[in-house]
Formats: sequence, C-alpha cells, structure tokens
Amino acid sequence: MGERSHRQCVKAVRWVSRAAIVDVRGDVDLDRSGEFQQALLGVMDQRPERIVVNLAEVPYMDSSGVASLVKLLGRARRQQVGLRLVGLTDRVRSIFQITRLDGIFEIHATVQEALA
Amino acid sequence: MTGPPDERPIRLTIFSSPAHLAVVRGAVEGLCRRIGFDDECVTHVVMSVDEALSNVIRHAYAGAEGEPIEIELDWTDAQPGVRICIRDRGQPVEPGSFGPRGPGGLRPGGLGLHIMTECMDHLDYRPAEGGGTVLTMIKRLEPARRRP
Repeated sequence: MGERSHRQCVKAVRWVSRAAIVDVRGDVDLDRSGEFQQALLGVMDQRPERIVVNLAEVPYMDSSGVASLVKLLGRARRQQVGLRLVGLTDRVRSIFQITRLDGIFEIHATVQEALA
Repeated sequence: MTGPPDERPIRLTIFSSPAHLAVVRGAVEGLCRRIGFDDECVTHVVMSVDEALSNVIRHAYAGAEGEPIEIELDWTDAQPGVRICIRDRGQPVEPGSFGPRGPGGLRPGGLGLHIMTECMDHLDYRPAEGGGTVLTMIKRLEPARRRP
C-alpha cells in the first residue's frame, strides 16, 4: 500500500508567475486530510491566478481527501481561480472515477500541461 | 504469488485512530493479493475497508480516539473472494445519515458509502449483540478478475 509518513502533506509550493504549483506527497486519508485542506486553502489565500495540485507522489487518497479538493474547487470558482490536478496515480484516479468527480475537476497528465 | 494462508480468519483490533488506517490498508491489500484479486479489485476492497473504518471513527465514535474496532477478514475456496466484518461498539449509525449522495456533485461528504456500494458486491449493516454495529462486506473473486 502507499506511503504514509509524519512528514507534511505538502512537500513544496512553487510559483511560476502567478500560478502556484502544490506538490503533495504521501497518502491523503482521514489522518492527513485536515492538514491537506488547510495547506491548500492557505495557498488560495495568496491569491494565485491558478493552482496546480501535483498528486504524482500520492499513492492513496480517501474520500476525505477528495472532499478537501471539492471544497477547494468551490472556493476557487467563487474567487475565479483556475484549479488543475495533475499526476494522478492509478489508485487516486480510481476514486475520482468511482465518485464521478473526474468530469468536474480539470485533470492533466503533467505540470507542464497544466501550466500551458 | 502464493495463495491465502491456510488458517482463517484473520482478526485485527485497532483503536479508532486515523493513524491506524494505513496499517489496515496494508493488511487488506496483502491478503487480497494472496487471494488473487487483480489490481483494480484490490484497490476497490482497500478503499471500501478504509471508508468503512473512517465512517466508524467519524460517526459511531464521533471522532473519539482510543475506542475499539474489530476487523475480521475471511475467505473460502468454496466461494472465492473475501468477506470483511467490521464491528464497533459506538453509537448505532443509520447508513443513510452519512450518505450515499449522488456522485459527481460538488457537495463534500457522504462519499464513503457511495464508494463502498460501488466497489463491493454485498454490504450489510446491522446492530451488534451487546451494542454497536457490524458491517459485513463481500467482494467475490470473479474468474475474469483474477490476477493473471
């Protein structure tokens, strides 16, 4: 199963112009989704034009992690901030497909594609 | 890959701590692989158990840590697949109180039961003797879904 650690969920926030690239690492489950959500909302507070959430190093996400992203998406739409997800692993892609949220989020293969 | 262990079932008792969830996911994944499920089915069973345990922590125990959750993992050759029982001693919870909700919407919450319903072949909630709730979930091993 995937990685779980005591390290922070958000490994780094990188800025390219006014786009924030949020690199996430480790499992995002009930144990970590609160921290995950707070970190993402903190990035939103910095008024980016776009947020790219990089999930390439997330082996597993549960419904609480997905709910955090749903909350972020709602706020992004209200603030007219573009939100894009990239690098979904097979297992993370599964939960988006099962919940049929894959059609609601803008999902890209790579960070470069999401920044284009 | 070797088959499942000869001795069954496997019983685990954890506390209602979110930090214990990853340990259970690892155990469930290991057993499902030994039973012979393909990758997608392994993911479905792991997600369902994880969501069920999260619901126990959040709803039956209202977020209190240190409460017991008993997990039984069972399998038979006669009916290939896995049967998982999760027993808590918390407040009885009506499954309808935490979902399912229609998928694809933008309202957070209630996703867990939807995931379990979609991923498992059978789901049954009932009051446990002595208090609490027992959830039984079954995932059958269809010949087409065996790991090659």
